[in-house]
Amino acid sequence: MTDTLTHDHATAARRHRQAAAEARRLKTLNAIFELRAFIALGVLIVVFSLLSDSFLTVDNLITMTKHVAINAVLALGMLLVILKGGIDLSVGSIVGLSGVVAGELLQGVHLGSFGVIAYPPVWAVVVLCIAVGTLVGTVNGILVTRFNVAPFIATLGMLYVARGAALLISNGATYPDLAGDPATGNTGFGWIGSGRPLGLPVAIWIMIILAAAVALLLRSTPFGRWLYATGGNERATELTGVPVRRVKTVVYMVSGACAAMAGVIIASELTSAAPQAGDSYELNAIAAVVIGGAALSGGRGNVRGTLVGAFVIGFLADGLVILGVSTFWQIFIKGTVIVVAVILDQSQQRFQRRRATVSAVAVATTDGAAGAAAEEPAEAGGPREADDPADAPAKTT
Amino acid sequence: MTTAPERPAAAATAPAPPVLRAVDVTKVYGGTQALKGVSLDIAPGRVTVLFGENGAGKSTLMKILSGVEQPTTGRVELDGRPVVFGSAREAADLGVSIIHQELSLCPNLNIQDNLFLGRERTRGGVLLDGSAERSLAAAVLRRLDGTLDPGLPVGDLRLGQQQLVEIARALLQDARILIMDEPTSALSAPEVEVLFQVIRELTAEGVAIIYISHHLEEALDIADDVAVLRDGAMVATAAAADVDLAWVVRTMVGREQDDLFPERDPHPGPVALEVDGLSVADPANPDRLAVDDVSFTIRAGETVGIYGLMGSGRTELLECLAGRLAAVAGQVRLHGEPVTGSIRQRIGAGLVLVPEDRQRDGLVQTMSVGQNLSLAALTRFLRGLLVNRGAERAAVTSMIGDVTVKAAGPDAPIGSLSGGNQQKVVIGRALMTDPRVLLLDEPSRGVDVAAKADVFELMARQAERGLAVLFTTSETEEALNIPDRLLVLVRGRLVADLRAGEITRDRLMSLADGADLQQGA
Repeated sequence: MTDTLTHDHATAARRHRQAAAEARRLKTLNAIFELRAFIALGVLIVVFSLLSDSFLTVDNLITMTKHVAINAVLALGMLLVILKGGIDLSVGSIVGLSGVVAGELLQGVHLGSFGVIAYPPVWAVVVLCIAVGTLVGTVNGILVTRFNVAPFIATLGMLYVARGAALLISNGATYPDLAGDPATGNTGFGWIGSGRPLGLPVAIWIMIILAAAVALLLRSTPFGRWLYATGGNERATELTGVPVRRVKTVVYMVSGACAAMAGVIIASELTSAAPQAGDSYELNAIAAVVIGGAALSGGRGNVRGTLVGAFVIGFLADGLVILGVSTFWQIFIKGTVIVVAVILDQSQQRFQRRRATVSAVAVATTDGAAGAAAEEPAEAGGPREADDPADAPAKTT
Repeated sequence: MTTAPERPAAAATAPAPPVLRAVDVTKVYGGTQALKGVSLDIAPGRVTVLFGENGAGKSTLMKILSGVEQPTTGRVELDGRPVVFGSAREAADLGVSIIHQELSLCPNLNIQDNLFLGRERTRGGVLLDGSAERSLAAAVLRRLDGTLDPGLPVGDLRLGQQQLVEIARALLQDARILIMDEPTSALSAPEVEVLFQVIRELTAEGVAIIYISHHLEEALDIADDVAVLRDGAMVATAAAADVDLAWVVRTMVGREQDDLFPERDPHPGPVALEVDGLSVADPANPDRLAVDDVSFTIRAGETVGIYGLMGSGRTELLECLAGRLAAVAGQVRLHGEPVTGSIRQRIGAGLVLVPEDRQRDGLVQTMSVGQNLSLAALTRFLRGLLVNRGAERAAVTSMIGDVTVKAAGPDAPIGSLSGGNQQKVVIGRALMTDPRVLLLDEPSRGVDVAAKADVFELMARQAERGLAVLFTTSETEEALNIPDRLLVLVRGRLVADLRAGEITRDRLMSLADGADLQQGA
């Protein structure tokens, strides 16, 4: 009797030790998974630096970051939509529309009946561009919340509508000069694209400020929490009295506004506005969000990841250009990176489930040894191990 | 109820070797251990009834035996040899079929297409053989119910008929082992009788039946062998002839009833909630009324139960009160004020629902325990535009203590909690909105016995604090022991409003049955 008891204890203890070791191993692997986007970015930088002398210079880093900023601004808006469990395909077209609106306004608005031409100041131009983007986003939001159109379809429709509007306003032509005229008092639009307050291009400042604002929104406001909850379980969130429809509409509005901002930056950098600008930019934005670890099903993702995702895509593209890799290969490689990122994300999800199971088994075997009926895994620290930043979005953003 | 046909003589002699065995089966979901080393032998030609409370692990064990899930540890043996069912399909091909508790039919297809879904009869392996399917379908439907046409769309059938289609599908697979998980939850009494007749015919052919039901008497009627699960462990097995209802209840609950259910000492106050002539359309079938002209009142400090089976309209009633479903007729008043508007407005007025389906309607799985708790009351912690996280955390921590959630802390992922603790989180979230009327839809569903007692205790405490508590249940024991008053809901109609002293098991059964017969005729 005593012998068997001791034996049982020894067996149980050994099984428990094995389970604990397994849990530790999985935890380490999980940390690697968690940082994969950072690791990917680090690898990119190291590889490109080794292959090209001109990659790792301050000037080049600033230039590349300036490119990244445009996609990052789009991606931050896209992140909100994806956290909700939606998608916004219209952002690329909003970029074009926003630029065209800026071009039209800077050229002067003909007030027909008075026979005068009004020249709105630059700040008003920017505000109006963003208003137009927000308007398109509002239409997206209304289509999704009031008319129950699937986000993919609603925003696909607005992709064409916004692009069509841009072509109609511009009559298909590019606005060649957005510099304005000192005589009409609307100069300075180009500063957004070429200014360098404190040594950094304006676009980078916009990215930094926007990222901080979105991070604060997600982390510290009821809206942010409601957004994560809506993406995690819309039915449950609605039952707790959260204004789910408003949350859903607002994310499309913000995404539209971000896209319009990106359109303004591009037009300003080029000091010209083409109605075709921003074509397929929505895909780069989605890719950045996904590489950053957000789930397309909603409820999981953060600003840090999205920024890293935007840097991975931007540095990859520019690095390949610096190395002289053919455009065709660039496209091919970008696609591969996106697919690999999603596969890794899926593996991480599986991983976390396995870790939770391993922890619970470890607890169960201890219970058996003690002969206790404690069925609450929470008491033995299992959930602590399973406590993962990716599952607790508010902590990580 | 029904009288079972005579048991086959084989029951008296030495039992045949088991066709299907579970050996030391453990199943872990996330952080929850649903099964703890369970073993079970299933004999051919006999009906094995598995008893157990909500959350005891019955459905999990059935899912493992039918290949829907794989055991975490332990094994399944078929005909004495270990097998690993890769999927429900593999299990079915080896002769093990399951009729699920949750209906798994495609409402857009007709009965016949549903019956043969995934195992279509074909000509030359390419084209569907519609006529062969049709005659087979017609034959199996005749056996169960004379009236169903194989061409009817499943979406048009009422719940009980859908359940018959589900049963017909299993019969078509010529299973040697047939698992029935709550096959009668929406059937009328005559339909149950037909099903039992079919079960007897099957066992006479040597088919082994595993049967699970909430209706203990009914299940005991059809049983040859009984097995009792409690909190994921197999606590007893016996021949049905050797046991009675009292034994089953005692073994299932594992303790005296008094320990499970809180003392009652109601002090009803003024009327809190008045429901007057409320009708709600069935969301799945808008031509039908899920709730039909229901009126009742609840006083502050009162605990009122709604006893009703699946499809009785209990969920629709509560969801309408909470503002998720619109009423087609009737009025609701809260402390004399008419209640209208959105879920949000109703929560503001003090009416909050703890939904039945925790996973679907209650919890946000991607968030932590604390975030789930504070979700409904987040705006209370505002400092300017931002959430005051210190205040939020303090409130959440104190609520975790109040509702006795066992968790590593507010930051623990919600998935790491057991079903009972998850339920406490959903209740705690509702309480954080400071409600005056607390609605709970099947609060004991999927909750282990220990946590169940906590949940009932929690409900009693809220009533003592002066809240009006309205909950639904399909468990007779709960209906008998918890509420101060019991409303019996049958197919959307309120058939009885009983005070605690007037509630008896027989009365409950006859109420539910009487109405069933009317409907079935």
